[in-house]
Amino acid sequence: MTNSMTEKSLPAKRPLADWLRWNVAKLVVAPTFALIIFFVYGFIAWTGYVSFTKSKMLPTYSFDGIYQYVRLWKMSTWHVAMENLLVFGGLFILIAIVLGCLLAVALDQRVRAEGLLRTVYLYPMAISFIITGTAWKWILNPGLGLEKMFHSWGWESFSFDWLINSDMAIYTLVIAAVWQSSGFVMALFLAALRGVDSEIIKAAYLDGASLSRIYLVIILPTLRPVFLSSFFILAHMAVKSFDLVVALTGGGPGNSSIMPANFMYEMTFRRNQIGLGAASAMMMLATVMAIVIPYLYSELRERKHG
Amino acid sequence: MKTLTHKLTMTTALVSTLLLGAATAHAQPQAEVLHYWTSGGEAKAVQALKEDFEANGGKWIDAPVAGGGGDAQAAVLRSRVLSGNPPAAVQIKGPNIHEWAATGALGDLTAVGEAEGWDNVLPPLLQDIVKYDGKYVAVPVNIHRVDWIWANPEVLAKVDAEPPRTWDEFNAIADKLMAAGITPLAHGGQPWQDATIFETVALGLGGAEFFNKAFVEKDPETLKSDTMKKVFDQMRKMRGYVDADFPGRDWNLATGMVMRGEAAMQIMGDWAKGEFVAAGKKPGVDFLCIPTPSNGGYILNSDSFAMFKVTSADDNAGQELLARLILGEKFQETFNLYKGSIPARMGVNSDKFDECAVKSMIDLQASSEGGELVGSVAHEIAAAGAIRGAVLDVVTEHFNSDMTSEAAVERLAEAIELAE
Repeated sequence: MTNSMTEKSLPAKRPLADWLRWNVAKLVVAPTFALIIFFVYGFIAWTGYVSFTKSKMLPTYSFDGIYQYVRLWKMSTWHVAMENLLVFGGLFILIAIVLGCLLAVALDQRVRAEGLLRTVYLYPMAISFIITGTAWKWILNPGLGLEKMFHSWGWESFSFDWLINSDMAIYTLVIAAVWQSSGFVMALFLAALRGVDSEIIKAAYLDGASLSRIYLVIILPTLRPVFLSSFFILAHMAVKSFDLVVALTGGGPGNSSIMPANFMYEMTFRRNQIGLGAASAMMMLATVMAIVIPYLYSELRERKHG
Repeated sequence: MKTLTHKLTMTTALVSTLLLGAATAHAQPQAEVLHYWTSGGEAKAVQALKEDFEANGGKWIDAPVAGGGGDAQAAVLRSRVLSGNPPAAVQIKGPNIHEWAATGALGDLTAVGEAEGWDNVLPPLLQDIVKYDGKYVAVPVNIHRVDWIWANPEVLAKVDAEPPRTWDEFNAIADKLMAAGITPLAHGGQPWQDATIFETVALGLGGAEFFNKAFVEKDPETLKSDTMKKVFDQMRKMRGYVDADFPGRDWNLATGMVMRGEAAMQIMGDWAKGEFVAAGKKPGVDFLCIPTPSNGGYILNSDSFAMFKVTSADDNAGQELLARLILGEKFQETFNLYKGSIPARMGVNSDKFDECAVKSMIDLQASSEGGELVGSVAHEIAAAGAIRGAVLDVVTEHFNSDMTSEAAVERLAEAIELAE
């Protein structure tokens, strides 16, 4: 009796409840989605359009072809910035991954006080790049930091002047960035190492494989996804690095350590060249795309296979 | 919330009753002032203007934007103008004034200017900066001289050096200092500081005509000329006179080196004087101010307030009052004593100014009459942001590498062409 009653009263409500149940997730996400569409993709489109105009102090909207891009690629400062991105990005990603991986493997040996060590290595990540840059600026300044310290300890011939040497300044950025990020990479690897099936390792032991062989041939290859994700996290950090340069070298000596993001800021906000700044921002976007699209492609293809 | 609204209504009612008497007859002058003078002597100087403005019945709406030497302020200004709500007075300088005037955003102060006789008291170069299409659109607040050598007399005495009158004499002194184991030049390796030295050398070796032809007219032949090569040759020499740790050093740390006798001289604008004075040093006794060798030349840097187009009668009255006060003799004296610069109008009583400022005033008058007065490139008076940036890029790259002077002049001409 009661059953038939509920069945009679419910049908009117049920479609709404069902609809809600299926769509509540979409409803919750919708505002953020709309905001992202507008504030991220909308402004990317706007910047893209402005890069095809002659905008100077204020944005103008008359289409002017690829003039700004031609101009951009004629500027020697932009070439310096792009070369620096290549050097900095390449070294930073490579060293941070190798170092992070080695640290993780070392910590994985069930060492004493592992929790403490892990925190010590991970902590630089909690500091902003501005602080990292300022601290390293003091450490690397020859008249103030390392060099002075060694001189006052009596090692007079010690010389470490990378910060004030235009050929080497870009490498000081690599040092500071690696210091900041390798702990984070270590944490990623450590988590993945702990996830490796211990049965396989035991089996390899029984077969007489050495520890280094076990790591190189068995464990590290299973960590491929971690390599990939650290690569992408570090790569986008490299492309957008701005604050580290401002704090550590100020782009100097003589623009020798300028990066694309600094170039963009300088042109857009200091020199009233909004169009040119927009063009350089689009080139940075293209750089990120060149990394992300192959990744997405391979990921999606793998999923189809799986 | 209710009490707040209530309070607000009450206050508004009260204020309007109080002002009613004045408001019926005249507009209440008011001005929102957007500026980036937020620290030390500059903040004091702005305070002086505010007090003066309020004493004359104006309502001052303070809109300071700290940081970045005006970069942050430029972003605020841009968005305010684009949204159709510009502040009444904005601290902008040099060719930026013309750029804003070209967009039609600036008001017209010609009536005040004529009543106050600005044409007779402002140096012609300064008039060109604050006028657009023959109309006054901005008012200059001060004049800084850029081409100064700040020297430590004790250190100079160690090598029996007289103040240099030519760049050759400068080099001779510097070489003697080097031989005595003293750093001749205190310098901070930042692009604008490199360019500050560069422009004093350019004026000294080429003269005002060459300077203007290169940086104002942007004539490619002049930019690539032999004189410009000589300027870069001298820059290469200057590079040898600085200590090894100069890259990235702030200008005031370099001033400190001269103060402590670690270096003999610094080439910097007269804001450096503030550092000496703050440390209790006396001009002429503890430190010397010597114009860089230039045959009576003068490189001028000037801050100014541009007046944006406003619609209400109150705002217009505020702008007129502000403009009149800023160029008034009283304010020019108080403000510039705080700021360490000299008055933007000529003929202000110089009794209270120190000997460096007095020298600056006399030299300004002479160079303005003799046609040797030029606007600073490094400080964005002679050239707009993009051109200035191009000069800075090349100068700092040359200074920090082993680029030849021949390559540098080619790069300079190319960079300036690209910047337009």
